[in-house]
Amino acid sequence: MVGRAIGRRQILAGAGMAALAAPGIALAQGEAIRIGEINSYTAQPAFLQPYRNAWILAQEQVNAAGGVNGRRIETVFRDDAGRPEDAVRLAGELVNAEKVSLLAGGFLSNVGLALGDFANQNKKLFVASEPLTDALVWSRGNRYTFRLRASTYMQSAMLVEEAAKLPARRWATVAPNYEYGQSAVRWFKELLSRAKPDVEFVAEQFPALGRIDAGATVQALAAANPEAIFNVTFGADLTNFVRQGSTRGLFERRRVVSLLTGEPEYLDPLGDEAPENWIVTGYPWEQIDTPSHTPFREAYRRRWNDYPRLGSVVGYDTVMAIAALLRKSPSLETEALVDGMSGLRFGSVFGPVEFRAIDHQSTMGAFVGRTVLKNGKGAMADWRYAEGKDYLPSDEVVRTLRPQA
Amino acid sequence: MENLVLQALSGLASASSLFLVASGLTVIFGVSRVVNFAHGSLYMLGAYLAYSLVTTLPRGHLGFWGGVIGAAVLVGLIGLVVEVLLLRRIYRAPELFQLLATFGVVLIVQDLAQMIWGPQDLLGPRAPGLRGSIEIVGMRFPLYELFLIGVGPVVLGLLVLLFHRTRWGTLVRAATQDREMVGALGVNQRMLFTSVFFLGSLLAGLGGALQLPRESVNLHMDLAIITEAFVVVVVGGLGSLTGAALAALLIGELHAFGILIVPKITLVLVFLVMALVLVVRPHGLLGKPEAAARGGQGSAEPVIGPAPPALRWLGLATLAVAVVLPPFLGDYAVSVLTELAIAVLFAASLHLIMGPGGMASFGNAAYFGIGAYGAALAAQWLGAPMLAGLALAPLAAGVFGLLFGYFCVRLSGVYAAMLTLAFAQIAWSVAFQWVEVTGGDNGILGVWPSAWAAPKLVYYYLALALCLGATLFLRRVVHAPFGYALRAQRDSALRAEAIGIDAFRIRWLGFGLAAAAAGVAGGLFAYGKGSVFPTYMGIPRSVDALLMVLLGGVQTLSGPIVGALAFTGLQEQLVRITDLWRLILGCIIVLLVLFFPQGLAGAARARWEARHGDA
Repeated sequence: MVGRAIGRRQILAGAGMAALAAPGIALAQGEAIRIGEINSYTAQPAFLQPYRNAWILAQEQVNAAGGVNGRRIETVFRDDAGRPEDAVRLAGELVNAEKVSLLAGGFLSNVGLALGDFANQNKKLFVASEPLTDALVWSRGNRYTFRLRASTYMQSAMLVEEAAKLPARRWATVAPNYEYGQSAVRWFKELLSRAKPDVEFVAEQFPALGRIDAGATVQALAAANPEAIFNVTFGADLTNFVRQGSTRGLFERRRVVSLLTGEPEYLDPLGDEAPENWIVTGYPWEQIDTPSHTPFREAYRRRWNDYPRLGSVVGYDTVMAIAALLRKSPSLETEALVDGMSGLRFGSVFGPVEFRAIDHQSTMGAFVGRTVLKNGKGAMADWRYAEGKDYLPSDEVVRTLRPQA
Repeated sequence: MENLVLQALSGLASASSLFLVASGLTVIFGVSRVVNFAHGSLYMLGAYLAYSLVTTLPRGHLGFWGGVIGAAVLVGLIGLVVEVLLLRRIYRAPELFQLLATFGVVLIVQDLAQMIWGPQDLLGPRAPGLRGSIEIVGMRFPLYELFLIGVGPVVLGLLVLLFHRTRWGTLVRAATQDREMVGALGVNQRMLFTSVFFLGSLLAGLGGALQLPRESVNLHMDLAIITEAFVVVVVGGLGSLTGAALAALLIGELHAFGILIVPKITLVLVFLVMALVLVVRPHGLLGKPEAAARGGQGSAEPVIGPAPPALRWLGLATLAVAVVLPPFLGDYAVSVLTELAIAVLFAASLHLIMGPGGMASFGNAAYFGIGAYGAALAAQWLGAPMLAGLALAPLAAGVFGLLFGYFCVRLSGVYAAMLTLAFAQIAWSVAFQWVEVTGGDNGILGVWPSAWAAPKLVYYYLALALCLGATLFLRRVVHAPFGYALRAQRDSALRAEAIGIDAFRIRWLGFGLAAAAAGVAGGLFAYGKGSVFPTYMGIPRSVDALLMVLLGGVQTLSGPIVGALAFTGLQEQLVRITDLWRLILGCIIVLLVLFFPQGLAGAARARWEARHGDA
């Protein structure tokens, strides 16, 4: 199975040479295959700049290795500024004016859903890279939409497994007040209560996204005196929450289970104030030395003189998935592409991944571990790779969650 | 009990931070009447500059506090440059026009900050000597927050001293009360305005710099703070420092305790407070009614006559192009034209209350969004066909327009505008929070047109017909007796009342009509996009409408049309050409503001009149 996926190492080797030797010469011949990519570049630059860098790297590698079936791939990038209505307009532009063969991208959940619905209506393939919402492949899933990143449900389920091992019974939650935060909390409560019926949730806080009043929120959580906390905030909210929480002693003698906090995008800004011993999902980029990850990391470093973030992995793998699809697909017709995408396997940076035929969710997983301070910086320790496929509901349940055609 | 004490202290710390930013804004507004949208950008720059200074200067007290003060002064100087180069040139422009200029500055600063400091959040060092926490009633409270609690009152005290004990301060207060009179008495207004802008910007910079040990520095700080700062200023009463302090206190504490009871209230709390305060006290807690305008700015606007023949021909030619050309264009171009048509109606609806009505609205997107949601909800829950949905859209928007308008039109000036914003935000938060019905921020999907209107071209003609029809109808309304009454109450409410015009009723109906027109635009937009999201009634969309009207020119009937076409077209083009579209759009806006202070259509009219005599 792995053998059929693209040979990443060969591509990387080839790319390195080609990039150094003759960057201007396109090795692939024929008219380029165009990919339309839409993302909230101006609204979410911290995640999306490394994402786009890696996207460009991957594209260069694919083209340096001869492209896809002798044709180069090229990408038309568009910025939706975080507005779903603009994303829909730009999708129309990419499909009608730029003549792209397929659409990809998306960061915010509502943008992802809008693009998914556009894809369904206009019968065009949409490979969602980052949007985490479960609705994208379940309640709002459709034939033309596929998603790479491990969903809110999957990442919550990974953390519930760890949370259930803790002795804590009194839990509090804090999450940004929008769909992602709300569903993460809902799944966490539901799954944890199922795994450990005697837990109780004593407080919940829903600060507005990007506007947390950290002091008051920390105090309100402390007032409920929970034994453990489930955190979903990220970015600036997380930074402010951690700073106020540590000064006020919220995290002392309390375990914290936290979504996405191990991702360098969110962990690194905390510097030496990164919290210790939180159970997190994330991406310990400097420690993963696997045959699929190490070459990626080094190639990214060479190309951009920077280390990869999780966004980089998502961008890189989206291109690699699309390249694998294009190699396999007999034509660029949407229906052929969609059929090819269903059940597509490819070698991701994290290992082999499959886009499940049943719900179009990829089995890309995440790393689960705990945070430590190393050389004055946050890092992950005792981590393991949680395979995405092990944290999805059974097929029967999925069928009830997703409208069946 | 202990918890409540700490919660109150946390609220105080937030209130203090909020006050620092709001005080600068209120001082600037009080004197110059400029609605400074860029105040949040100055706050963000303060934080970024403080980060750079503090991390480069040697560690220790001098490095840290020197960095904070240095950043504040630098931001003050930046504000001074903005005033001298930009705002000074447009003080005579119509009310709120400066908002357009400052919005250009916001866009420019956003891209520049990202270019200079990078996209990643920056976490500054903690304040030396104030790193830890102390025990209060057996619980830990950060020393720095305690320090912040002290800073607010100290700054308030210093400002009060400055304004009451120095000649400069006296002049500022005089100018706040009556600008013309101060000018007439021979005071150098230019110096006064520039120095006030310096002070206000410095306070914004200080507010940002002092957040360094508390929060991460990031690119979203500007827009996150600006609305709250405005709310504080308006709730306190425009130009009133103690009012701002009181309002900051009120909001900070309500916030701290509110989240104990309703954790999800943070989205909407400040706007609820503002709506309540303004309904009860139309000039904020401590504000005074604006002195009756005499001459100058408050004079009657020029009477709007019928369009000159040349303009009619131009309009007809444009219309002919809009009808004949699209079949030869691609699908994408047609969908852009559809959006342009919708934007024209949306801008025209705002223009009705802003131009002839004489009342700005910062919340016009609410009616656009209610129209869109009305159509989408009808489609989703009632299975209504497209035409029924489109008919329902203006109905829903009109009803809510009358409901909200009932409170808004009693107020005047910025207070009225901010009350419309409050209602818009309340409507937005309902759409955002009521997940079961509205789908929350994931929105309502699958609102696609009926089969016959599905082709882009057909839908375009439908949108064109409805938008053009509604826009022309609004134009007709302005020329009808109702429009005359509307303009009469704008130019002189007293005289209008004296000749038997019910100013309140006229304004109210005008507001409702504008809302219904925005609803038509929203309904068309919903079916054009196939989905509806809370962003449809978010602040950015209200601001867009405002920018379109101001860019085109408030005092001409063609203004909103020109403005909508220019703004939407420009943005659509720039986004596709460059990643730095905000920087370029911001620069273009600033240049347009400098060269066409009457708006595009206003400038065209001025030129026309200069050549052909008074039309």
